[in-house]
Amino acid sequence: MRSSPFRLRALAAAGGVAALLAGAACSSSGSGTSASGTNSNSGTVTVAVVSNPLITGQMIPLTQSVFEKQNPKITVKFATYTEGDLRAAIEKDVSTHSNAFNVIMIGPYEAPLFAKNGWLVNLSTQHIASDPGYDASDLLPSIAKALSYKGDLYAVPFYGESSMLYYRKDLFKAAGLTMPLHPTWSQVASFAAKLNQPGKVSGICLRGLAGWGDNMASLDTVVNTFGGEWFNMNWQPQLTSPAFENATSFYVNLLRKDGEPGASADSFNQLLTLYGQGKCAMWYDATVAATSITTTYPSIAAQTGYAFAPVDKTTSSGWLWTWSLGIPAGVANEGAAWKFVSWATSKQYDSLVAAKYGWAAVPPGTRTSLYSNPSYLAAAKAFAPITIASIDGTDPDHPTVNPVPYVGIQYVDIPQFESLGLTVGQQIAGAIAGTETVKQALQTSQSDASVYTPAELSAG
Amino acid sequence: MTVVEDLAPPPKVEVRPRGMSRREAWQRRLPLLPALIYVVVVTQIPFVVTLWYSFQNYFFDVPGGAHFTGLSNYTTVFTNANFRASLVRSVVMTASAVIVAMVLGVALAILLDRKFFGRGVVRTMVITPFLVMPAAAALVWAGPMLDPNFGLVNWLLQPFGVHHVAWLSTQALASVIVVMIWQWTPFMTLIVLAGLQSQPPDTLEAAKVDGAGAFATFRELTLPHLRPYIELGILLGSIYLVNAFDAVRLMTNGGPGTSTTNLPFYLYQQVNYAFDVGGAAAAGVVTVILTIIVATFALRMFARVFQFEEAKG
Amino acid sequence: MTAMPVRAREPRPQRIREWSGNVGWAVLTWVVGIAFFTPVLWMVITAFKPESAAETWPPKFVFTPTLAEFHLVFSGWGPFVTHSIIATVGSTVLVLLLGVPAAYALSVYPVKHWRDGLFFFISTKMLPIVAVIGPLYVIALKSHLLDSLWLLIILYTAMNLPLAIWMIRSFMLEVPGELLEAARLDGAGRIREMTSVILPVISPGLVSTALICMIFAWNELFLALNLTITNAATMPMYLISSVPQEGLYIAHLSAAATVASIPVIIVGWLAQRSLVRGLSMGAIK
Repeated sequence: MRSSPFRLRALAAAGGVAALLAGAACSSSGSGTSASGTNSNSGTVTVAVVSNPLITGQMIPLTQSVFEKQNPKITVKFATYTEGDLRAAIEKDVSTHSNAFNVIMIGPYEAPLFAKNGWLVNLSTQHIASDPGYDASDLLPSIAKALSYKGDLYAVPFYGESSMLYYRKDLFKAAGLTMPLHPTWSQVASFAAKLNQPGKVSGICLRGLAGWGDNMASLDTVVNTFGGEWFNMNWQPQLTSPAFENATSFYVNLLRKDGEPGASADSFNQLLTLYGQGKCAMWYDATVAATSITTTYPSIAAQTGYAFAPVDKTTSSGWLWTWSLGIPAGVANEGAAWKFVSWATSKQYDSLVAAKYGWAAVPPGTRTSLYSNPSYLAAAKAFAPITIASIDGTDPDHPTVNPVPYVGIQYVDIPQFESLGLTVGQQIAGAIAGTETVKQALQTSQSDASVYTPAELSAG
Repeated sequence: MTVVEDLAPPPKVEVRPRGMSRREAWQRRLPLLPALIYVVVVTQIPFVVTLWYSFQNYFFDVPGGAHFTGLSNYTTVFTNANFRASLVRSVVMTASAVIVAMVLGVALAILLDRKFFGRGVVRTMVITPFLVMPAAAALVWAGPMLDPNFGLVNWLLQPFGVHHVAWLSTQALASVIVVMIWQWTPFMTLIVLAGLQSQPPDTLEAAKVDGAGAFATFRELTLPHLRPYIELGILLGSIYLVNAFDAVRLMTNGGPGTSTTNLPFYLYQQVNYAFDVGGAAAAGVVTVILTIIVATFALRMFARVFQFEEAKG
Repeated sequence: MTAMPVRAREPRPQRIREWSGNVGWAVLTWVVGIAFFTPVLWMVITAFKPESAAETWPPKFVFTPTLAEFHLVFSGWGPFVTHSIIATVGSTVLVLLLGVPAAYALSVYPVKHWRDGLFFFISTKMLPIVAVIGPLYVIALKSHLLDSLWLLIILYTAMNLPLAIWMIRSFMLEVPGELLEAARLDGAGRIREMTSVILPVISPGLVSTALICMIFAWNELFLALNLTITNAATMPMYLISSVPQEGLYIAHLSAAATVASIPVIIVGWLAQRSLVRGLSMGAIK
């Protein structure tokens, strides 16, 4: 029949498509894992990490050269992101249980929240209890507490940090200025004005990139020490309060007047490069920068002095953060995932780094034993004491002058903060870039924050 | 040019007015079915699901999943200044990029229509921006070209008194639009050039013999001839540019503030950073409805584009 | 001497004016061409720089070129380029498989409502995929297609099919009626008509259609960004991941951008005319 080859071909085409779709539906290539979460000690471990020098420069190479060789049955794949993207990708993965990541790099913001939702494996009971060599009691108490929920660890720290002020001793000397060990922000502002050489050296370099872990991290510490807060005890947003506005105006104006150009695009990585190229007279940022400056820019490091995070109304103001590794509940290859996690956060890992990159390069701020290790103290003597003192001086439970209902120094540990912190950060970046005034930015931020009812916020 | 009602060139084999046999009808339908079913399934199912989610309150990061919430997402969409602003910005970005690209395209096509030394080389240079991966173009412009501290543009503009401008902070929207124009001008140029080269030379000769100046010839003869080509370029360019995402995401991430957030980026942020599936779905539905309205007008213009084939025939 | 009429000689000043006018236009065109090409040139130049020479003021034009960044790119691009190739080729093959019969049914032996069919297809192109990206993620997740190449192939096919059908249809319309008549008189059935007459005649058109589809699939970022993580991440995703390198990264970024764009650039250069025909959907010769 004339029609049958035609029909046949059409049917074949339809069948092909159907087969394709069926095959696609059945295939589980990279789609995640069975809900039961097999506990095997081998397989592929996909790790979501932030793109930082200590990770791209140390963790990843060492994983390939040491860990995978010691564990031939385990393959480690890394997915690196910038901080804002990392958070979004991880939260999306963990909350929808797509289980694309076996190990996630999170911090004190996510750990308690995810643990509360049952999204993380309880590391204390499931793994550390049966792994005596891990020595969880060696972890710095404030860091361990920040990663715990109801007394159990849900993530273990890769490195910990507070914030401090870096300055160029040579430029200060040339200008006849002295930096005190515990400066105030007004002192810092006057230093910046005197040291600013437009086109050559910025008086101060500060974060401006939109993100609650980027520009808001720095700004929040300034807000706290100026006496402001995000929410009062009744969970009403305080973003247009005088203290908050003073702090924000101070930060934005300092940046616009004596800060680096194009600041609204700058966060840790960009500023590290700028400071290392000698373009910043001062730089307020994470304590972990000291490690990178010392290892990557030794000539600048030789000229670098360290001061505690500047204050105003409080005696200390550094933030507390740790990039740590956790395991989402229900992933496959949990045993292999723990093997990697425990290796990367162990004392032995520190020795590996020391052997390959020098003691000064070891990830700081995680273990007490590191800060009584003579080799480390000798190599990092310029910044180790101030780092540990900064971390010890933080209190996330009481971050502000006035009492507040939330936990967190440079963040508010509620689920809504993930997006609220970002939108406020975007407004602040706009103010820094000059596309809006500080008043406008804060008014928009206040109305963004007012979208949530106190009941919603306190439930988180 | 005569106005023809036909919406597209007519088919090769006549459709018998008295209807064909049922077998014949099915014989003709069958080859179409796989593609039709495929497109219906893959494009309409997501839309139906989006419609359903637009009535749900569903945030990824809130445990408990989706629950019915009536029209509250739509209320938010219509009262949300951010959505409205990104809508307006999308229109502004698309319109300015398309118009400027077309004007430049016409100018470039005229220049390239002449014979001169190395014409092929210049043509190749001109079409290259269109071939560069949009993500690559965005990153190269953001870094090596526009960076305030080491960018090429600042160095090239120094003799003109420009000093270390932070383009992506102070002129963010303009910078993004410039990249869009840079990438799509070649497309417009090629289409208009095809139009110029399809112009019958005898009418041009006749005009020259009649003593018409270059500008008059262009206005009276060439421009009308180019009209369908220009319309095609504008239509196609708009379809692709209204969805432009790469430049916004990779150059400015929608900022500073929200000054470069267009609609695609807004929706992307709603889903991936605010985890608001319900809200994004409602915004998506509104976007689709608006697009349908605009597309209806656009398709009428699109139909006219093919009239020239009829008129010549 | 032939019997050619002697042309009146133009006065010298006018000839010089005309000549310098021509040169002027040529120079202007060259300048514009170079201006458009400069960012691409700068990208390629920067790709050969060592990082220390890539972020300088003033920008360096003289430096010792190195292939170090390209080595880095080639050591990191493996899974990404594989995924891109599979998604691009796979979706283009599927587009042709579905599109050729569909175009046939809208041109040579058209269905009764061929106009509606045609406009349905083009209307799906006009609807923004961004609008459905959230629910699309959920659908993909629930059907276990998240982060899989099949998902990209399915979506890229749907993305390119309308354009391909319109293009292939216009090429099929150009098949001379006499050829079809001759084949029918020879007793050829529809299938033989297709394989021995239509397909050979439109094969250049099929090539340009395939080229366009491959270019759009290769460059696609939005869907890849939203729906893939590691197992199906494509070249545009590799570019993004080359950005947040610690410290200096501009040379590495330029090398990655160059490598990612080179295939399309070369194809575009070689197939310029084919590309134009395709882009104007065969409506413009």
